Amino acid sequence: MLAFILRRAALVIPTFIGVTLLAFALIHLIPGDPVENLSGERGMDPARRERLLHEFGLDRPLPVQYGGYIGEVLRGDLGTSLTTHERVLDEFLTLFPATIELAFFAMFFAVGLGLPAGILAALKRNTVADYAVMGVSLTGYSMPIFWWALLLILFFSVQLGWTPVSGRISVEYDVPAATGFMLIDTLKAGDWRALRSAASHLILPSIALGTIPLAVIARMTRSAMLEVLREDYVRTARAKGLPRWRVILVHALRNALIPVITVIGLQVGLLLSGAILTETIFSWPGVGNWLVHGVQSRDYPVVQGGILLIATIVISVNLIVDLLYGVVNPRIRHG
Amino acid sequence: MSHDSPARRLAPLALAALFALPLGALAKGTLVYCSEGSPEGFQPQFFTTGTTFDAASVPMYNRLVEFEIGTTNIVPALAESWTISPDSKTYTFKLRKGVKFHSNANFKPTRDFNADDVLFSWNRMADDNHPFHKLTAGQTFSYYEDMGMKNIVDKVVKVDDYTVRFELKRPEAPFLADMAMDFASILSQEYFETMLKKGTPNAADVYPIGTGPFEFVAYQKDATIRYKAFDKYWGGRPKIDNLVYSITRDATARYAKLKTGECQVMAFPKPADLAEMQKDPQIEVQQKEGLNIGYIAFNVEKKPFDDKRVRQALNMAIDKAAILKAVYQGNGQVAKNPIPPILWSYNNAIKDYPYDPAKAKELLSQAGHPGGFELELWYLPVTRPYNPDGKRMAEMIQADWEKIGVKTKLITYEWAEYRKRSKGGEHSVIMFGWSGDNGDPDNFFVPLLGCEAVKGGGNAARWCNKPFEDLIIKAAQTPKQADRAKLYEQAQVIFKEEAPWITLAHSIRFDPVRKEVKGYKMDATAHHYFNKADLAPLP
Repeated sequence: MLAFILRRAALVIPTFIGVTLLAFALIHLIPGDPVENLSGERGMDPARRERLLHEFGLDRPLPVQYGGYIGEVLRGDLGTSLTTHERVLDEFLTLFPATIELAFFAMFFAVGLGLPAGILAALKRNTVADYAVMGVSLTGYSMPIFWWALLLILFFSVQLGWTPVSGRISVEYDVPAATGFMLIDTLKAGDWRALRSAASHLILPSIALGTIPLAVIARMTRSAMLEVLREDYVRTARAKGLPRWRVILVHALRNALIPVITVIGLQVGLLLSGAILTETIFSWPGVGNWLVHGVQSRDYPVVQGGILLIATIVISVNLIVDLLYGVVNPRIRHG
Repeated sequence: MSHDSPARRLAPLALAALFALPLGALAKGTLVYCSEGSPEGFQPQFFTTGTTFDAASVPMYNRLVEFEIGTTNIVPALAESWTISPDSKTYTFKLRKGVKFHSNANFKPTRDFNADDVLFSWNRMADDNHPFHKLTAGQTFSYYEDMGMKNIVDKVVKVDDYTVRFELKRPEAPFLADMAMDFASILSQEYFETMLKKGTPNAADVYPIGTGPFEFVAYQKDATIRYKAFDKYWGGRPKIDNLVYSITRDATARYAKLKTGECQVMAFPKPADLAEMQKDPQIEVQQKEGLNIGYIAFNVEKKPFDDKRVRQALNMAIDKAAILKAVYQGNGQVAKNPIPPILWSYNNAIKDYPYDPAKAKELLSQAGHPGGFELELWYLPVTRPYNPDGKRMAEMIQADWEKIGVKTKLITYEWAEYRKRSKGGEHSVIMFGWSGDNGDPDNFFVPLLGCEAVKGGGNAARWCNKPFEDLIIKAAQTPKQADRAKLYEQAQVIFKEEAPWITLAHSIRFDPVRKEVKGYKMDATAHHYFNKADLAPLP
């Protein structure tokens, strides 16, 4: 077991180098210049430009800059934002809870609807219900998030007035950020109206962000269920005279869930990247919104640090999942 | 749908009741402004963007003099009066007494604003050895430096507690307007010294203390900025109690929030939404001529643009009215001068080049290009306040020039790259523009058309014309505005005749405001001021 853990953990090192190198190379390769961005049309005196480039260390050759960056990262220093002069790690930690909260509820929405819809489609194969679920999920899967989000806002917020347009909570509530998770913070503050406001602000972004995972989960559940329902042990269970719900939920679903859970795990990375668009439209103060702005202003430390942190989280989740597989399934451990 | 149970029919209603927005529940006197982005910080000396100024210097700070809201007239602020020496080299300000600074959890001011605060605020930027000059790594006094203040101000002298004297290195009439700019906001010396004593000097740059109409309450990054009315504001307490900036980057979402009443004023509407907004009975769309110019500059260092006739011909070949209609959708006015009509010294007697392709062809023949020639036109890669769609504009110009035999290749780069390359003079014909940041004509002529600006790169035409230069330099050194105006008017005559640019348009700016907001007035320099705004009770 230890050898397996070490083997898996060792793979993290090249992944880490790959991610830092890629983030560094990409942001430096796209045209643009953080120093030039500090001044508008007015422009900047060339001497001052040189001085600032030097101050930020941007006048050094790229490999030297990369080496310096890796050195700092290994010492736990992700640098300081070129625009706000705040530490990248601090900015990330301030904003990350908002992203997690949104991702959690998007996933909740996706699983909560996707799983039953997939089961329904499998059980009612080739009926109107099946076609409806599959048709809707295909539409959801191919829907551009940006457009879908705006449509949700225009319909539910502007037309019907059911949900707020954007933000995390109505501006009338100034809830102290204890954990950064708005629902928990409002609960801690004991303010029920604030909690209700925070919950209502979560609805549309969760739907927008959860739509694609919902579609994937529904389709995956359907096909996994169909396969399992053909298995001998399901027929045996039925032949034993077990109630239909028991056959479906206990015998079939439990086995069908294995590939579904794998897919859900993979969607986590997708949720973090999809959050970039969702956060921008819904003014959700999370890391996606922050990264977009970092790219626009060519804030190298923010982009590099942000990508590295997100990648670290995804890699860690994957590592844990892999290790868990190893625990659950000895064939993977020894394979 | 026969099996539609009552519960099912009521579900949407229940959902609506559960999450209905407490629209009327906003604390009375709270005005919410949907802003377009997050400020880089709250220290007006460090940053250069309008977004940051709107969040920092506008609500929370004052300058010695300020622009009257809605105009570029200079009015007293922290200075009650001022005198300018006949040679325009000495500016003496009499300071206002009884001006209070804000307070916060770590700082309670023990004294009123005085000359020490002016000296502190200025010397902190000017003096490299000032103890507060280098507090935060990477921080720079961008505006101070980019305005070339080091070459203008020699020293600031405290005459007495309520009199300060700025001694300049050279006569500089626009200096008064410079002092009304955001970077010249006045900080509290006592605050910085208190925070230094407490061992956290950086905090003074992070948590703002000013003398302005609103006090800082809280900032939730990328979400909201909260201010409250400053009871002891010298200019009279604002009518609203609380001001909240709801940061909403997407213009469509800002508009949706304005419609639902989640905010009462929004920044930067999309031009395409304006027509619908104007029809909405809940919304008043305020508009103001922009303090800006969109133009095309010919690099006169390159052939054939060194020939005035070629530049004039290309001017005449463009149908500006059609461009205005298509690109600005009516939200702009044709420009004939390098400064907008709302700026004093605008020479309205000047006649613009007529749209006359035949005459243009004739001029090209005279210049030795009877069959036309090929050129590269650089067009803006981004939307700017002075130009909503550079590409569309470039395509229309391309078609116009084609008619006189000039083949145009369209080129663009990423925005920062575009500016960098243009400063190096790589272009031959380039689309550009400028938004004035102070209400002085000098703020257009010198950075865009002055000989010094050829070196710095701000003069994209790289046009250095001795008679023109003499006029604008003399105007900068002449104390009286009426005399200066005459000089600038002459300069505009030379400019039009020499045609280093095609002046295209001055855009119009819009601030959509909900009807319950009273007393809100648009500013001339694109800032958003809320100290005069009030909220009428909802009907």
